Amino acid sequence: MTRSPTRDFLVGCFVLAGLAAIGYLSVSIGGLNYSGPGGLLLYAVFDETGGLKPRAPVSISGVKVGQVTSIRLNDDFRARVEIDVDRSLELPVDSTASIVTSGLLGDRFVALSVGGDDQLLRSGDEIGFTESAVILERLIGKFIHNADLDSNQEGGKGE
Amino acid sequence: MANAVQDLGWAATRFVETLGQMTAFAGNIGRAVVTRPARYRLWVDELFKLGVLSLVIICVCGLAVGMVLGLQGYTTLSRFGAAESLGAVVGLSLLRELGPVLTALLATGRAGSATTAEIGTMVATEQLDGLRMLSVDPIHFVVTPKALAMIAVMPILSTLFILCGIGGGYLVGVELMGVDGGNYMSSLRSNVTFRDDVAGSLLKAVIFGALVGLIATYRGYTARPTSAGVSSATTSTVVIASVAILISDYAITALWGV
Repeated sequence: MTRSPTRDFLVGCFVLAGLAAIGYLSVSIGGLNYSGPGGLLLYAVFDETGGLKPRAPVSISGVKVGQVTSIRLNDDFRARVEIDVDRSLELPVDSTASIVTSGLLGDRFVALSVGGDDQLLRSGDEIGFTESAVILERLIGKFIHNADLDSNQEGGKGE
Repeated sequence: MANAVQDLGWAATRFVETLGQMTAFAGNIGRAVVTRPARYRLWVDELFKLGVLSLVIICVCGLAVGMVLGLQGYTTLSRFGAAESLGAVVGLSLLRELGPVLTALLATGRAGSATTAEIGTMVATEQLDGLRMLSVDPIHFVVTPKALAMIAVMPILSTLFILCGIGGGYLVGVELMGVDGGNYMSSLRSNVTFRDDVAGSLLKAVIFGALVGLIATYRGYTARPTSAGVSSATTSTVVIASVAILISDYAITALWGV
């Protein structure tokens, strides 16, 4: 088998294109990231995550600044959510993390509202103020329950 | 009646015998890879034949499959008012299932049959005997580069197929049906994970490549040395490899959930 520059070049291009495609699929679409010097790693404890998933976005004023890295159950049976945000962010210690929904039935994500303290959060710190996810079914359940109570009371007055 | 039972028994014995011989053949290839010097030049030549020459058919088919997925996915999803998750539907079905499987089927037809025919013709014209006479091991010299090239080529082709498919879905969904382009890409990005979807897709492609490479070279190597023998070996490569791909696809999905 003799060397053929054209054929070798084409094979080289083929392999490079394949590796580039695998890389694009893994990193850009698959969300693979090498765990080098990460961003600002914070955690927050919630009573209810309401179907928040790892890799869900973390946003401030609707701008994506990071993502959820893991969700675990704490020793006290509350959910411990770890987030990885842009390390250049200067977040005061009294910032609030809340789990909200995009749209009525959309995906859950973590919204941060920035506080006013002078001290800043550092990597590994806990975000003390949290707002759990709102479960629509429970709200409706409460609403119906209250409506029942109201109508019973009105009925009682009538007698 | 007794004859029919006898035929069945004979067919079962032949099947098991073929499986055993194929395993031994795979063992021979493995031994040649480990113990003999690598034949890079032959391997690159096979990469060209199996990979570069299959590019056009893979990209065209990927684009077509992606466009169909975009159209069908849009029709179905818009009934539930969920058309904005079209990207996830197209991407996940391509990554997890259609990309590796269809690429392997196409590669069987395009490259596997050619491999069998080439080796089979070498058997028919006694070229392999000639090699043995020069004390060159035909498994090392002829079979191994082809089988290894098939393994290397399959994940690359499958990935290109998937990317073409995602592009085709974008073309139809966004440009034609009016799904928002940002929604398409963001639902794709947020639903595809590296470990479950991308790595699984590559694993499937590698396993299919090994299967097709093994079946194609084995069928060629054991072809009867006549023109009819070569043609029936080529046919059986396509049939057996296609069935093996689909069955093993189920097995892989059931075992590892990819």
